[in-house]
Amino acid sequence: MNSIIFSFNIISDLQVMFQYDFMVHAFQAGTIVAIVAGIVGYFVVLRRSSFAAHALSHVGFTGAAGAVLIGINPIFGLLAFTMSGGLLMGILGRKAVNRDIQIGTVLAFMLGLGVLFISLYTGYATEAYSLLFGEILGIASSDVLITLISGVIILVALAILYRPLLFTSLDEDVAEAKGVSVFWIGIIFMLLIAAATSIAVQVVGVLLIFSLMVTPAAIAERLASKPSWGVAISVLIAVLATWLGLFISFYLPYPVSFFITAIVFLIYIFIRLMPSIRNFSFQAHYQK
Amino acid sequence: MEKQNIITAKNLSAGYSSGKSQKIVFENANFSIAKGEFVGILGPNGAGKTTLLKLLLGLLEPISGEINIFNECPRCGNIKIGYVPQHHSFDSELMIEALEIVRLGLSGNKLGFGMPSKNRKEREEAFKMLKIVGAEELAHRPLSTLSGGELQRIFLAQALIGNPDILLLDEPLASLDIRRESEFVKLIKETAMARNITVLLIAHNINPLLSALSRVIYVANGCVAVGNPGDVLNSESLTKLYGSPVEVLRDSYGRIAVIGAEEGAHHHEHE
Repeated sequence: MNSIIFSFNIISDLQVMFQYDFMVHAFQAGTIVAIVAGIVGYFVVLRRSSFAAHALSHVGFTGAAGAVLIGINPIFGLLAFTMSGGLLMGILGRKAVNRDIQIGTVLAFMLGLGVLFISLYTGYATEAYSLLFGEILGIASSDVLITLISGVIILVALAILYRPLLFTSLDEDVAEAKGVSVFWIGIIFMLLIAAATSIAVQVVGVLLIFSLMVTPAAIAERLASKPSWGVAISVLIAVLATWLGLFISFYLPYPVSFFITAIVFLIYIFIRLMPSIRNFSFQAHYQK
Repeated sequence: MEKQNIITAKNLSAGYSSGKSQKIVFENANFSIAKGEFVGILGPNGAGKTTLLKLLLGLLEPISGEINIFNECPRCGNIKIGYVPQHHSFDSELMIEALEIVRLGLSGNKLGFGMPSKNRKEREEAFKMLKIVGAEELAHRPLSTLSGGELQRIFLAQALIGNPDILLLDEPLASLDIRRESEFVKLIKETAMARNITVLLIAHNINPLLSALSRVIYVANGCVAVGNPGDVLNSESLTKLYGSPVEVLRDSYGRIAVIGAEEGAHHHEHE
């Protein structure tokens, strides 16, 4: 792959790229994951639950490692463990989701357990590597289908719950008084994070989940004055970073996940530092 | 003509259960509130003021006795009630504009995205409410740039947006300075009178409320006293309520200070 040269003719470059099935699968799965992670991530950021989302990915690592050990598709192990973890966090409530020390303790134990499973596995070490850092270029068409089905389910659930989820994320007490079931919304949302995390692991891996689930949404939160714009910006950044990361990695011998994380990080830094961005101008004009 | 009672409590006891243990917050409360009244809920920290609002919102069941709103049991999602809680869960750096927060009060409990034409109407309605509370210039400002007083206007607009008959306000004056306390009470009073809304407002300092109050609910020491401010806020009544000597002092401006109550009862501060 490294012998392929970037020609500066984007159309012909893309035609060459899409001759390879693994690139087609990578773009398909990457796009689905970026859309889902961008939307779920916006609510994760609004609810300040990013550490819980990160912890769920680690719980998923243990599940995936266990699945690899017993010889089944890792995504089923991922889904089973993240969904169980998400359900437990949802039942314990939003206050529990924000308990960083307790979550960190469980996270470390689960990661240790995952390491044990990997050490017991007699196959190739690349399995562990791909779980930790993602291996989107190795996605099979059956994985794309699982990703698509999971993605559609998550998006439909988010479309139905959009307004109550937004209300509980921004103003929980008023939402509860207005008849929104904060308890059930919390449980369903944790399950959605779990499912989104499971499919995102394929692209960026357990350790880099923030790059798709949190950073694009954090950028969007700083730019958007309307929640719908926030969701759109978050998705746009996640999708563009994934496409650009895949495109660059086709020509350079470095991991896709590095490029995706680097792109979203650079955008984040740019947004935080640019003095002309609306946040700054608002604060300059409207001193408290 | 006698005013219609819209809230009634009979032998009402409230508290919290945890497993087999039960913590009673207050017992045997009896009162009724008529339409259009402006009622201050006073008392020391932890006495049960917010508990009373939770009962009215249907977020908590009475331990015994009964409480009714419009002759029915309280229930969550009652569109006749507008509510401003003491705390809000959003981040202090939130860049979302005030108008969107107000709009959530109208449609945040509905499923789906909402149709674009309906969303536009909701935004118009939210803007109308911001105008009513004198905050239309704040409509497109991010919440993170608003002061405590400005935020309270936004929350009041959110509570008003469903055209409620009752406003439940949990310590809306807590983050305001003395001048803004009086201005905000005046705004609530005028808005409530214009729309014939009954107001129940929790406060730590009664003095900014004195000109607006029609009655007082005083919660302390597991008991609830209800009456006109003069009848409740006197040494004899509060000594009886607390079960220990309490003195109520008034200065030459009519401002009130409660002295000698148990720790935590210093809620009527000097201005």
